[in-house]
Amino acid sequence: MSGDLPDFIFGKLDWDTLPFWDALKDPTTFKIINAVISGGAGALVVLGALGVVILVTWLGKWKYLWSEWLTSPDHKKIGIMFIVIAIVMLARAVIEAVFMRAQQAVGLDGGFLSPEHFGEFFTTHGTIMIFFMAMPFLTGIINYVMPLQIGARDLSFPVMNQISLGLTAAGAAIVMISLVFTPFSTGGWSGYPPYTERAYNPGPGVDYWIWAVTLSTLSSTLTGINFAVTIYKKRAPGMKLFRMPLFTWTALTTAILMIFGMPPLTVATALLALDRYLDFHMFTSDLGGNMMNYVNLFWAFGHPEVYILILPPFGIFSEIFSTFSGKRIFGYPVLVVATICISILSFIVWLHHFFTMGQDAAVNAAFGIATMLIGIPTGVKVYDWMLTMYRGRVRLSVPMIYAIGFIMLFVLGGLTGIILATPSVDYQVHNSLFLIAHFHNMLIPGLLFGMLSATNFWFPKALGFRLEERWGRRAAYSWIVGFMLAFFPLYVLGVLGMPRRSLTFFEPAYLPWTLIAGFGALVILFAMLCLLIQLWVSIRDRHQNMMTAGDPWDGRSLEWSTSSPPPEYNFPVIPEVHSRDAYMSEKEQGKAHQVPDEFPDIVMPANSAMGVIIAVTGSAMAFGLTWYIWWLVILAGVVTLVAVIARGFVRKTTRVISSDEVRRTHLAWLECVRKTTPVDRSKEQSPENQGLPVPPVNGAVQ
Amino acid sequence: MTRTAMRHPGLNLGPAHADAEDTREEMIFGFWVFMMSDFVIFGLLFATYVVMLGGTAGGPGPHELFEMKSVFIETLILLTSSFTFGMASLALKYREDTKPLVIWLIVTLLLGVAFIAYELKDFHTMFGKGGVPSRSGFISAFFSLVPLHGLHVLAACIWLIALLGQIAVHGLDSFVKTGLLRLAILWHFLDIVWICIFSLVYLGGLT
Repeated sequence: MSGDLPDFIFGKLDWDTLPFWDALKDPTTFKIINAVISGGAGALVVLGALGVVILVTWLGKWKYLWSEWLTSPDHKKIGIMFIVIAIVMLARAVIEAVFMRAQQAVGLDGGFLSPEHFGEFFTTHGTIMIFFMAMPFLTGIINYVMPLQIGARDLSFPVMNQISLGLTAAGAAIVMISLVFTPFSTGGWSGYPPYTERAYNPGPGVDYWIWAVTLSTLSSTLTGINFAVTIYKKRAPGMKLFRMPLFTWTALTTAILMIFGMPPLTVATALLALDRYLDFHMFTSDLGGNMMNYVNLFWAFGHPEVYILILPPFGIFSEIFSTFSGKRIFGYPVLVVATICISILSFIVWLHHFFTMGQDAAVNAAFGIATMLIGIPTGVKVYDWMLTMYRGRVRLSVPMIYAIGFIMLFVLGGLTGIILATPSVDYQVHNSLFLIAHFHNMLIPGLLFGMLSATNFWFPKALGFRLEERWGRRAAYSWIVGFMLAFFPLYVLGVLGMPRRSLTFFEPAYLPWTLIAGFGALVILFAMLCLLIQLWVSIRDRHQNMMTAGDPWDGRSLEWSTSSPPPEYNFPVIPEVHSRDAYMSEKEQGKAHQVPDEFPDIVMPANSAMGVIIAVTGSAMAFGLTWYIWWLVILAGVVTLVAVIARGFVRKTTRVISSDEVRRTHLAWLECVRKTTPVDRSKEQSPENQGLPVPPVNGAVQ
Repeated sequence: MTRTAMRHPGLNLGPAHADAEDTREEMIFGFWVFMMSDFVIFGLLFATYVVMLGGTAGGPGPHELFEMKSVFIETLILLTSSFTFGMASLALKYREDTKPLVIWLIVTLLLGVAFIAYELKDFHTMFGKGGVPSRSGFISAFFSLVPLHGLHVLAACIWLIALLGQIAVHGLDSFVKTGLLRLAILWHFLDIVWICIFSLVYLGGLT
């Protein structure tokens, strides 16, 4: 009886789950090294969390944090919070990557990491980079920019937006907590059964993975619905579909992919959970289970996911090529059609992720051809971007450096993709480092450069001052060089036959290449450091980089027509749109910064604690399920249900901002704009640029 | 005329309900989009079930486990509840007083609860015949699909009770109206899913 109560309270949690416990019991050098690494990571999580709590308390900012950020329904603040999560998780996953590269650099006949530890590294690295870095990053940027681009005041469902953020935060928290109460899964980011079934993996690791990923997919499904409905229903008058900025177009297609592409993963992880918790036989190797169902479900999500990740960067780069070339985007309708083609094709190629798993040759050939077809719309885009730059006045600002790095590296990655799309070649190099090199070649120059480029591009809009250029350039070039050093050797290693996820190897010919890749990882770490310094220097020198007038790059779409940072309601009067590049044509006709005839009262969504409640109950439920703490699961479930029902009874869901306040704010900003000296593009990167460009002459950016 | 007609697919409240303003009717469009996403989940589970039909692993199969009489009664209950919800929607749109609306809603709720009770009885019978998910892949596939529909019905019933509570507290305001329109979509959607279950899981399993 005495043992029952602690079991009831703590479930399967005990001292063994702490990362250093095993090494204390049985201290060998090897175990101590691993314990220092994982114990250090756990300590970092605890200290980091404590540090944030102490800092906020010391600054006396709890009330500010609560009412201005955590309960705010403002899409701009929610967007920024998504990005903060993404950057924290990016830092962790990059450090994990460096450890893996270090292990393989010394991995000839050994190395310093234990197999379990290495398995956790590649699993968390993949899981975090996809679900808790890439997804929140692009969700955050779309959240921030898209409503501004279509001339809306907020998303269609602001509280649901909070809930999306809460679910993502809960998933990220679960992954972080797994560093303290170990272990995490070793089943890779794709979590294939039967390895992840209870029979082979009875511990909590896979459960952590299941619930973290499930929270993330629910979040993204809701986000997709929110974005799509917003774009369909909340565009400003005159903003027809074919007048939308390309970034908004890619946001729309991404949202649609989220709506249809996320459910398969929810189904896959839920069924895996049924297998593990309730002794189902969906994917087990006995009693009629069929693991191929999992593989199909997973990649029915996984391939649309690839385009969820890459389409928003395509939109971002379209904006950047056109803005920094001072030209209209070349071939707008073609780019839109190409975007739509890519999103449709993304649903009919999932089988190329498992060419070698037993289909007949005809099926493989069909999917191989479908895969190669994606090269056509993507190639069209590359030509359109190049033709946008052609005869433009290209300015090599930081976003543009990322964009040019992207276009060159991404084409290379695309070509290796065509190689992999040939089933017979795939048989030779599948599951080798060639594949790892290929998808990192797509995702780092594609997704990550896109996100960093977007951050440099829209940061002045969000915070009111520019990011520092010098450290920004260093970061950009280090990313480009570091990427090439870290991943081009992996192509060679793959062709030499080195399997992915190898802890150690016995072939000396691999060694020079793993060493170069390890050095590349260090360059990437330096790039991360540059990003941090860039942020620090920018905040320190913010007063000389102020950007209140709101338009530092001579932008073309509506988000540049408001102040920086924009007011909560974005636009005092909803703009009317008459053409593509709506703001640029206003500037051309001298119609920017006009005083509206009258100011309306503005109805905005009221603050709500729903997002915070969901974040807390979501992580509590996931933690309870992972450790079999059933009272916590039930409690969290009941609180969620009560909160959702109670929310239905709330009637005061909006608040009104008076026309007086709107008028005062807007006139003050216009006064500030009038005092600003306009600059031409040659002074774009100097402190003289305070966000007011010289108006275009005869359609040409000055 | 046509301009005011359709804000979203399905029953629109129309100009007589000016208080259910535009922004709230956006929620109904959003709910349709959510339904599409939910339908993908059911579609995938249907596909998985069909693939798993053969995975009985020597255990009981559809012929041993399914009782069509009971399933037929469940179907009738659910279809009737869809009809009564339709009557509730018409009462919402065309009647001034809330009484007929509330009565139809309560009838619908009772039918929903009866459906769940019948379904639980069915599962109990299946368990009694050794049809537990730990026995085979086929039974696992069945229990990953059919109870999910049941859970949806349960959630819809809870939502219905919450809306009745909102009517009691706030009266029939625009929040309740748009809530009822969305619940109606869910209710009819669950009917369609059930018809798929009836034809694919039960009839399809028995062929």
